[in-house]
Amino acid sequence: MALNYDGVIEKYEPTLGLEVHVELNTNTKMFCGCSTEFGAEPNTQTCPVCLGLPGSLPVVNEVAIESAIKIGLALNCSIAPFSRFARKNYFYPDMPKDFQISQYDEPICVNGFLDVEIDIDEGTKSFRVEIERVHMEEDTGKSLHVGGATGRIHGAEYSLLDYNRAGIPLMEIVTKMIPGTEKYAPQVARAYVTELRDILRSLGVSDVKMEQGSLRCDANVSLSPRGSGKLGTRSETKNVNSLRSVERAIHGEMIRQGNLLENGERIIQETRHFLEESGETRPGRSKETAEDYRYFQEPDLVPVAPEASWIEEIRATLPERPSVRRKRLQAEWAVPDKEMTAMINAELLDTVEATVKLGADPTKARTWWLGEISRVANEKEVEATSLMNPAQVAEVIGLVASGELTDKLARQVVEGVIAGEGSPREVIEKRGLKVVSDDSALMAAIEAAISSQPDTAQRVRDGNIPAAGALIGAVMKATGGQADAARVRELLLNHLGQGA
Amino acid sequence: MAAISRDEVAHLARLARIEMSSEELDHLASELDQILHAVDRVQEAAKDNVPPTSHPLPLKNVTRPDVVVASLSPQDALSGAPASDEQRFKVPQILGDAE
Repeated sequence: MALNYDGVIEKYEPTLGLEVHVELNTNTKMFCGCSTEFGAEPNTQTCPVCLGLPGSLPVVNEVAIESAIKIGLALNCSIAPFSRFARKNYFYPDMPKDFQISQYDEPICVNGFLDVEIDIDEGTKSFRVEIERVHMEEDTGKSLHVGGATGRIHGAEYSLLDYNRAGIPLMEIVTKMIPGTEKYAPQVARAYVTELRDILRSLGVSDVKMEQGSLRCDANVSLSPRGSGKLGTRSETKNVNSLRSVERAIHGEMIRQGNLLENGERIIQETRHFLEESGETRPGRSKETAEDYRYFQEPDLVPVAPEASWIEEIRATLPERPSVRRKRLQAEWAVPDKEMTAMINAELLDTVEATVKLGADPTKARTWWLGEISRVANEKEVEATSLMNPAQVAEVIGLVASGELTDKLARQVVEGVIAGEGSPREVIEKRGLKVVSDDSALMAAIEAAISSQPDTAQRVRDGNIPAAGALIGAVMKATGGQADAARVRELLLNHLGQGA
Repeated sequence: MAAISRDEVAHLARLARIEMSSEELDHLASELDQILHAVDRVQEAAKDNVPPTSHPLPLKNVTRPDVVVASLSPQDALSGAPASDEQRFKVPQILGDAE
């Protein structure tokens, strides 16, 4: 009988290894001044350097070096005082040079670690993921395989290449082998990539969009029989394009390998492709060994030797680690776990924080962003932050706090701002949305309501306070919803001899 | 001793997807061997007090600012390509033999 996940875990121990590739968000490519803008027409962002034309010479992008150092420091790595680039030679048309400039035995950052937490039944559990290296390289071009099964290499008749992406700065972040994660292996893998993504975002070095490929994860896993003390043969799964897929890919691969081993079969060291629909993997191209890449030092580039003082300058500018910041904000704002998670998942934490920094109440800021604004954003299928900015939301919250708007009017103001009618003040002006706070105007409306509903008024006089609701409703209607309902109630009850 | 074996040449040819006949392999293995032996003489000069270098000039940290410069037009970029289609470089099917 085939083993399920629990059955696999009972007999085998997993060892993980994760390689994350992240595209930097520099304006230009790693070694030339071509733009890195996403989504441009094919082959509009190339030049002799990134096309590998004869006589062209690469020159390193200084911001890419700085970003690499930032990443290394944030991951507790040592920054190498001297590092060099190397050519990785391979025969595949995604690099027009026929090699990729990378780093081999002299990477810029080494020996770091990242602590990650996962939720388990008993609370949270912490794992330390050791980082082997962070190195700089360049991204490859995009291939479109034509003929056969569309988009697949297999059976293609020819391939079409777009080199816009070729040469975009790419950082490869490689973990050491991660033992001891046991049944939590898939969760640990996901938590690591999530934490790494958050850190990279907080550093401002990458867009970290997995769906656009600016963050890509290769997930390695191997199994060894419990107590054998021997490391199993690993597979490397590519095409893992979401955080959820990282978890599913490891999970699926552990089941596949466990069942092969159970049937006495051998695991082949190979690259596999993750299939989003089934959560399974299929074999990809057979892996060339490191020797086959014939690495050698890139003779067209000089060494990178960052000054210690520069490294310390960069260290001083590193932002608070996202997981630490989240815990701090949650405590400061007294946010329940569920709401905190919702805010993080909606990627609105920065936005809410910006709104709070402008003086808004944290609960109100959260409620507006996650409530009304997110609702409209979902309807329109756009980002909440494209509808309003923190300053506008803070302004609306301020106007409610000062009594100039009721919650109901505030919603109309928000609606107006989203509709592009201008700033909150302008919307209030144009729509005439000011709270009617003039007591004499309110009294006139109250008198009118009483004279149109004399019986109701009498019931209130006789002590039936809930009956006042109908009169308050009439006043609110008469003032177009712009009166402060609490004030109307107070004035009405006083007038009918039922004041407190 | 030969600096490069016939098998190694065959392996390199395979990595580079170059089809070579048996005669070509024999011929090239011996030629490459001679070239490598010639280059080996550099080793004689490289004593322990001469650190290996990857660049003839003692330079480091040569960088450029992260400022966009004009790219080639796609027409120019593709002008040297043997074949193109849909504004992309067109290449023969690859890796078919490996899969």
